[in-house]
Amino acid sequence: MKPFVIALMAFLAVPLAAQDSMPPAPYAYRQLDDPRQEAAAQALMETLRCLKCQSQSIADSDAPMAGDMRHQVRMRIAAGEEPEAIRAWLVERYGDYVSYVPRVSTATWPLFAVPLLILILAALILRRRIGARGGE
Amino acid sequence: MKRWTLWLPLGLFAFFLGLAAYQLTQPKDEFVHSTMIGKPLPRFDLKPASADLPGAKTADFTDGKPRLLNIWASWCLPCIAEAPHLASLREQGVEIVGIAIRDRPEDVARFLAAHGNPYTRIGADDLSELQLAIGSSGVPETFVIDGEGTIRHQHIGDVRAENVPELIEKLQEAAQ
Repeated sequence: MKPFVIALMAFLAVPLAAQDSMPPAPYAYRQLDDPRQEAAAQALMETLRCLKCQSQSIADSDAPMAGDMRHQVRMRIAAGEEPEAIRAWLVERYGDYVSYVPRVSTATWPLFAVPLLILILAALILRRRIGARGGE
Repeated sequence: MKRWTLWLPLGLFAFFLGLAAYQLTQPKDEFVHSTMIGKPLPRFDLKPASADLPGAKTADFTDGKPRLLNIWASWCLPCIAEAPHLASLREQGVEIVGIAIRDRPEDVARFLAAHGNPYTRIGADDLSELQLAIGSSGVPETFVIDGEGTIRHQHIGDVRAENVPELIEKLQEAAQ
């Protein structure tokens, strides 16, 4: 009996089964009436990570939670909130991971600094070599 | 130029290759953790998720007694698995406030009738608003809230038998 129940649970545990039957949030699939606001909302949604399906943005995902996030983004934009304020609100709750836009912080600054340092180093080496050859 | 410096770039390359190979073999933490630990509960006031129990609001958490806030749903299968362990927490005197995500009152009632009711209140979060405000990324999740309404701990995934003493310990810590 027990193996059967476990097998049954394994079958039932497909992502599709873990969905609710509620209708999507009002603005999950509906665009805002103002095209400028909708464009701003769309641009923001494409750079926010879906927390359920972590390789997708909320604009790409059909997960109900992504729909609720789109609803919230559109409602806030419609209420006049700045896109970057909405992003900051989410980053405050989920950390940098929720945003696809890279940010310079105490943890990420080497990513930006190291390529620059390598370029400067390469330029110095090249100058010394070319300079040395020219002097021969 | 000295001989060994010739090997430096190759050595660096091998180092990064090794680093990448090592990282690839390391297990990845797939969970997105809330960064709201240590911060106050967001303001919310949710209507009842079922006819038999009151809804939930921020003020319910500020009477000096630590509580669990359990984010769940009747359509969530791991929530069935954690139901007996929430019941055992309830038996040990822990107060659990439920937040039902995108759920219908009749489904909530059916779930409670089938799997028992460990909750004193259940708020209906139809648009995942509180879930987003608290930094939760799925169901089920359980938060330890202290008596002042500050979020003290997040447990991601279903509560298993071994998590019960863990959560009780976190509640005791929150009471101090």
